[in-house]
Amino acid sequence: MDTMEIRNKGVVVTGASRGLGLELARALVREGARVVMVARNARDLDDAVGVVKDDAATSGRGGEAHGLAFDVGDKEAVHRIAGAAAALVGEIEIVVHAASTLGPLPMPLLLDTDCEDFERVLAVNLVGPFRLTKALAGPMVLRQRGLVLFISSDAAVSAYAGWGSYGISKAAQDHLARSLAAELDPVRFLAIDPGEMDTAMHADAMPDADRSTLARPADVAAKIVAILRTVESIPNGSRLGVS
Amino acid sequence: MRPATLPRAAAEHRVLVVDAERGAGETTSALELPALLRAGDLVVLNDAATLPASLEGRTAGGEAIELRLVGALSGPAESVRFKVALLGRGDHRTRTEDRPPPPKVAIGETLRLGDELVAVVLGVATFSARLVDVELRAVEGDGADATWAALYRRGRPVQYAHVPRVLALWDVQNAWTGRPWAVEMPSAGRALRIATLVALRRRGVEVAFVTHAAGLSSTGDAEIDARLPLAERFEVGEAVVRAVLRAKARGGRVLAVGTSVVRALESAARLSGEGPLRAASGVTELLLGPTTTRMIVDGLLTGVHEPETTHFALLGAFAERAVLDAALVTTEREGLLGHELGDAWLVWGTGATGVVAASDPRARCASSTCAASATVAA
Repeated sequence: MDTMEIRNKGVVVTGASRGLGLELARALVREGARVVMVARNARDLDDAVGVVKDDAATSGRGGEAHGLAFDVGDKEAVHRIAGAAAALVGEIEIVVHAASTLGPLPMPLLLDTDCEDFERVLAVNLVGPFRLTKALAGPMVLRQRGLVLFISSDAAVSAYAGWGSYGISKAAQDHLARSLAAELDPVRFLAIDPGEMDTAMHADAMPDADRSTLARPADVAAKIVAILRTVESIPNGSRLGVS
Repeated sequence: MRPATLPRAAAEHRVLVVDAERGAGETTSALELPALLRAGDLVVLNDAATLPASLEGRTAGGEAIELRLVGALSGPAESVRFKVALLGRGDHRTRTEDRPPPPKVAIGETLRLGDELVAVVLGVATFSARLVDVELRAVEGDGADATWAALYRRGRPVQYAHVPRVLALWDVQNAWTGRPWAVEMPSAGRALRIATLVALRRRGVEVAFVTHAAGLSSTGDAEIDARLPLAERFEVGEAVVRAVLRAKARGGRVLAVGTSVVRALESAARLSGEGPLRAASGVTELLLGPTTTRMIVDGLLTGVHEPETTHFALLGAFAERAVLDAALVTTEREGLLGHELGDAWLVWGTGATGVVAASDPRARCASSTCAASATVAA
């Protein structure tokens, strides 16, 4: 089976200041990738980049970590991210869309959700990834190579009360991956459901959950990187779990 | 010629086909471009993304100044250095030649570009005090990350007086571009979209790319503008070299999308000397015109420009002046729009349209060792 070399590849990870995004940046840098971490909050991002730079130095595989503080829900930010990322690490061969928002907390029923809040969830979780993919997958089509990964959720498939805005955005994002795959193969598009993890986002959504039953984001990130290595053998546009 | 004054979708762009031997032909929609190519042809794109190359700021003395990035300079790790042209007070709504001259700047002076970014003057060109080398630095944070983020937040696309609306970065990127090298958009690409690339490949047309740092088209300074285009950075990689050799070997034509692609490929050909085309990168000052010979490129998709421009002079390397003048008449009659947001010409150079004759040097390029020097057009 072909395995994808991650070492030395230029990568953009959104939502990289915490949770799964941060752990994916760490795992990819330890493989020797040159990772541009994107997050909205500059201070949190600075701290996260510091952690990942330490990983890069410790692993000794030539990985690099960079930080760009932009909001992926902002249209004007898209070409700023794409341009600055390419200036810093060169060709972007892997994009990981890990930024997402639950919307207002506690999560309201759909009919209690303000229209503007619903739109904001779609802006960050769906329109943002669409726009950034427009900017970053074009060069992949030219080169006939590259991988775009969308972090999905169980809520994209199963409907739960209160999870409407989020689940709808993730279901649409899964279909975004499938549609792009249908149009742009051999550029690869995948959606991966990481399962329930012990993250700040999970605590926001379900503050009473038993944390001992939740997966550690670092473990999930390691499994996702293992999946990425085998991407050539996965049907393009697939939605996968990490079991 | 009427200039286009707004960015338009590829579907709204029109293309006039100009053949060096048969003259101006049909005008077609840019969406029909794939049908103008044959299986075995090669289309070469420029993958340079457009920088937000216009930066407004103030001198140490508080005077208004605009910096326009000219090209990246090398420097120590983590430094971000550019050659820049200086413009005086005002903005793009005034023609560059009507802008007041910029204030004088001194080596070592710090120019403030908004709250986040500064430019430290490192050197001044000998022929114009308005062409200087600077190091950009973020006010807060250190290293290249902070500088690039601040540059992208502060900068705006370079634009000219005939386009009143302030353009966003979205308005000046071709669909496939990734490397932030160009300071003005390689605008011939406006006529193509991702669907064009897909359709070309389905048709058996190869698509490859070079990177060429398309430069400023005007600075308003007579000394600098007389030297345009300035030296531009380019890279012709192994993949496009192989694609060119394959295309030549099978008798396919090489179509350059934009004059920047012509400049890059023909520069690489000249660096390859007598041997086959080789990968090359560096800085080029190559100027093409009626007296120069094309070694690689058979056709050019390009915007429509006035006869007195260097851009128009380059077309002389593809077709006789009489053919180009006739194409201008057709352009006016058809109402094609000019300038960088405008419509396009697809110019097939001498010898490009016909079947390759046995006597044509290109017919001998039957293997991957095909010599670039053997492709010199008669």
